[in-house]
Amino acid sequence: MNEPFYSVKNLTKVFGGGQEQVVAVKDVSFDVTPGEIIAIVGESGSGKSTLARMLLKLSQPTAGTIMMDGEDVTKLKRPNQLKPYWRDVQGVFQNPAGSFNQFYSVRTVLEKTFNLHEHRLSKAEKLERIHKALNLVGLDPQQTLERGSHELSGGQRQRVIIARALLVDPRLLIADESTSALDASLRVTILNVLKDLSQRLNLSVLFITHDIGQAYYLADRVFVMYRGEMVEQGPTETVLQFPQHDYTKRLLADVPRLEGWTASPGDLSIEELAKALT
Amino acid sequence: MSGIPVTMDSPPPPAAKQSAQSRVRSFTRMLSTRFYVSATMVAMILFFAFLGPFFWGVGEPKQIVGGLYEAPSRELILGTDNFGRDVFTQLMHGTRSSLVIGVVAGLIATTIGVVMGLTAGYFGGVIDEMLMGITNVVITIPSIVVLILLSIAVGTKSIVTMAIIIGVTSWPWTARAVRAQSSSVRNREHVDLARLSGASTVSLMFWEVLPYMLSYIFMAFVLQLTSGILQEAALSMLGLGPSNAVSLGIMLHWSLLWESVRTGAWWAFIPPTVMLTLIAFSLFLLQSSLDEVFNPRLRGR
Repeated sequence: MNEPFYSVKNLTKVFGGGQEQVVAVKDVSFDVTPGEIIAIVGESGSGKSTLARMLLKLSQPTAGTIMMDGEDVTKLKRPNQLKPYWRDVQGVFQNPAGSFNQFYSVRTVLEKTFNLHEHRLSKAEKLERIHKALNLVGLDPQQTLERGSHELSGGQRQRVIIARALLVDPRLLIADESTSALDASLRVTILNVLKDLSQRLNLSVLFITHDIGQAYYLADRVFVMYRGEMVEQGPTETVLQFPQHDYTKRLLADVPRLEGWTASPGDLSIEELAKALT
Repeated sequence: MSGIPVTMDSPPPPAAKQSAQSRVRSFTRMLSTRFYVSATMVAMILFFAFLGPFFWGVGEPKQIVGGLYEAPSRELILGTDNFGRDVFTQLMHGTRSSLVIGVVAGLIATTIGVVMGLTAGYFGGVIDEMLMGITNVVITIPSIVVLILLSIAVGTKSIVTMAIIIGVTSWPWTARAVRAQSSSVRNREHVDLARLSGASTVSLMFWEVLPYMLSYIFMAFVLQLTSGILQEAALSMLGLGPSNAVSLGIMLHWSLLWESVRTGAWWAFIPPTVMLTLIAFSLFLLQSSLDEVFNPRLRGR
């Protein structure tokens, strides 16, 4: 059951050439097992988003492989070849406003996703799936479907975009900074939506963030990226309590804390943690 | 964990759907006096050019109805030209030819410009460099020279040929502007999401990028139309106009050729000049008033 179904080996992306060559992602490898939530943490410019785009097959890696169910999908390029892949791997992006084409209603945006399906679905089937997906993210289909993006709030938009991804029953959802453009209260709602979906649908989530606090809240495992390299990976508690790499330590030290508040992960003593883990 | 309660993040607007009526109302509210004035002017010019010949004039613009440069009178309100033909009838037909040339040239220029700009902006990289290289080369060549050479090379020209010649030389500015816009829209996230829905590149360009530029493209078309009319006038005045039709430029050409200015026959050259000015003025006004609707930032200035 918990065998990894998705694995990435030595993924590298180089932009430009010669003197201006920039290595955005360098030798990144990891596995994903069904139903787990992985947070990829790093500052801006650390290559997180480049990694996400490669995993979503929106850009082509310079080197390395992406394997899905033992099949190499790295070389696939044309949209038609990639449809089966996109049925399993979907994405949610940072900016909910930019994720909407302002000329289309929620219904149109959602219906475009059915383009991925092998079989043509009947109208009723489509509608049923749409209703199911919107309910899963906590939106009322009756109220949402005919609206345009300008008639939705930021949180609602982001939920619609998550619902869009759910229409194809994906196994892996790649959420690239999906909560950064939202205010703090909505952020938690979206995090809860992701957590809930992962549990209910056995959906793996790759949550990319610059905020180690959100990673702690959500993830089973944390990967830390620094200047294109994955400098640390492991279970959330271990990484946050026993950071090995200097950069992780710095990240943890930079988390803003309230006076007298000790629940932040870095503050627990090793004894306390050992108690909590056993 | 229980399911997430169905909540709305903000109080929903009272009606989920804006009624069609209120949409029309909010659109008309944005239209300024400038729009109504210019739209009326354009409508009147169109009426004059396309329906006018059914009500007024002598029918055929080349029909000889009097002597050389007869002054305006009750029957011929704008007098006659150098061959004794009715200037008023010519003005109606000339306006029509000029408008047709403008529209066709505008359509051609806009289409080429949009295709080039959209492709360059969407793909970027080598394709961008190539297409913009071509565009920049076309821009640097003075278009009037190309127009003159092309008109001479083609020989006998119909109105449509004329329009094609103007159209294929005036697309570069549209191409550059469209390229700038499409390369920015291209990076919006909904384009990537549509790709994740398996959309092909052509359909991404058409359904995700192009809609964001429609208002701009329409404006570019109006400008191309106007400048097409003016370019036709310039060419025809030099004697390079359509061979067997009357256009405003051709009327000016005749009046130049037959010394109407020196002989004081103002009715031969003032009407086409005024008509050209009116057309260009009303179209520019229309364009700028529509700009206000599409660019809310300009409103109320």
